Amino acid sequence: MPSILSISGLEKRYKSGLAALGHVDLEVERGEIFALLGPNGAGKTTLISIVCGTVTKTSGTVLVNGHDIETDFRAARATIGLVPQEIALDIFATVWNTACFSRGLFGRAPNPAYIEELLRDLSLWEKRNSKLIELSGGMKRRVMIAKALSHEPDLLFLDEPTAGVDVNLRRDMWALVRKLQGKGVTIVLTTHYIEEAEEMADRVGVIDKGQLLLVEKKAALMQKLGKRRLTLVLQRPMEAVPPELGDWPLALQADGHQLVYTFEANAEGTGMPGLLLRLGELGIDFKDLETERSSLEDIFVSLVERT
Amino acid sequence: MLVNRNGIWAIYRAEMARTARTVLQSVATPVITTALYFIVFGGAIGSRIQSVGGVGYGAFIVPGLIMLTLLTQSISNASIAIYFPKFTGTIFEILSAPISGFEAVLAYVGAAATKSVAIGLIILLTATFFVKVEILHPVWMIAFLLLTSVAFSLFGFIIGIWAKNFEQLAIIPSLVVTPLTFLGGAFYSIDMLPRPWQTVSLFNPVVYLVSGFRWSFYGIGDVSVAASLGFTAGFMALCLAVLWWMFKTGYRLKQ
Repeated sequence: MPSILSISGLEKRYKSGLAALGHVDLEVERGEIFALLGPNGAGKTTLISIVCGTVTKTSGTVLVNGHDIETDFRAARATIGLVPQEIALDIFATVWNTACFSRGLFGRAPNPAYIEELLRDLSLWEKRNSKLIELSGGMKRRVMIAKALSHEPDLLFLDEPTAGVDVNLRRDMWALVRKLQGKGVTIVLTTHYIEEAEEMADRVGVIDKGQLLLVEKKAALMQKLGKRRLTLVLQRPMEAVPPELGDWPLALQADGHQLVYTFEANAEGTGMPGLLLRLGELGIDFKDLETERSSLEDIFVSLVERT
Repeated sequence: MLVNRNGIWAIYRAEMARTARTVLQSVATPVITTALYFIVFGGAIGSRIQSVGGVGYGAFIVPGLIMLTLLTQSISNASIAIYFPKFTGTIFEILSAPISGFEAVLAYVGAAATKSVAIGLIILLTATFFVKVEILHPVWMIAFLLLTSVAFSLFGFIIGIWAKNFEQLAIIPSLVVTPLTFLGGAFYSIDMLPRPWQTVSLFNPVVYLVSGFRWSFYGIGDVSVAASLGFTAGFMALCLAVLWWMFKTGYRLKQ
């Protein structure tokens, strides 16, 4: 069975001359949640828009479920659901009508039972006869999701799904994404909220300036590039790190009240037990200690800064 | 899926629902406008004109009036139908759907033409309250009604894609189509013009539409029926070709 999404040599240059994407290769596996991370203007939305058919590519090949997005666009697009970044709705239509419209537009026969289930899942059922102009921003965003799911897509694109939404909706959305994954739907989400990718994604792709910098399993990425930090809160402040501790890369902070040891998360020997033993031998007492693992955000920042 | 029939039907229904939301405006406006035209042209001015080509002036202007409304309504219905989704951003859904450009045009233009034909028939009905209207060739009358509605809805669709703002959306209908329609023999026969202007009028495409349509009512026209039909069909083919190119290249639809 082919990958649900296969992108090779994809390039996009806008008429203005802006090179939004430069030779992107990407395979998205069936059933995974893939997070595309990148700062504003990195090319995330352009990439999604090309796959969905709203932006034309300059060169390269995109296959959705084995179907070329240009020569076999019907089969390719019927597989895809898209929730764009901006809310764009016919504000005079009702919730029910707009969901049914989207289902029909994507070639599916009416299925009121499915639309009802979908609206209930998204807490929209009570509002089904309301005009969209009467809904709050959060509810409108739920409607956008309902529309994207109305034709039961196998591949769902969520472009910055939780930008500007409240905590409840964000949690609901994450729960929905997991439920969809349980049903076998593949989800590609773009975000610059790192916590979203950290919370949701199976794999992460980091994109910047139109280049896909890396694609890794989230856990592997954190393992590979993550750092850990041990912070010791000292009983007595120090003016400098004693030379006897020269084997460890240590730093002082908080006016000498804290001794910080940073090391690779994937290092075989962390050096931590040895350090603690040595501190005991030197009579350096501490009253508290804490360890932290670097977040995806730290990894992301260091990657983007490197380019 | 060879043809996305559900998709075509979804757009058509949504467009007709949009019309239904403004049904009062859609129906009341042409009825009132027609009544005003009959009072001004048919009553006040027409009473001083005996007849044109053996047809009473009030009855003579009926086909022209219908054609005037048909052109403006077809253009405005279809242009707004595609311009508005562009303006609000909802066009993304049409562009990302498994529906071809031809199918989308069929749905949008079908809905715009349906509304225009309905308004044309409402005007015809309104006219019968003011003057006695004969229709010598009813089949041809319907054919002209349909062909013109479709052709100018296609034209409106092109304007809707081309327009970058509301000013551009209004500029072609108000600065080109309305003058051409007024000068196209809607309220007079071009025989009534001095010789040089008769020749100039033959370059006005609306003359062919009004003439053919009037022929279907009274059997009289400024140009031959074949020329009228040929022009309408040719204009439709030209519009289709332009739209084919627009969808193929994504002109002002896709970046």
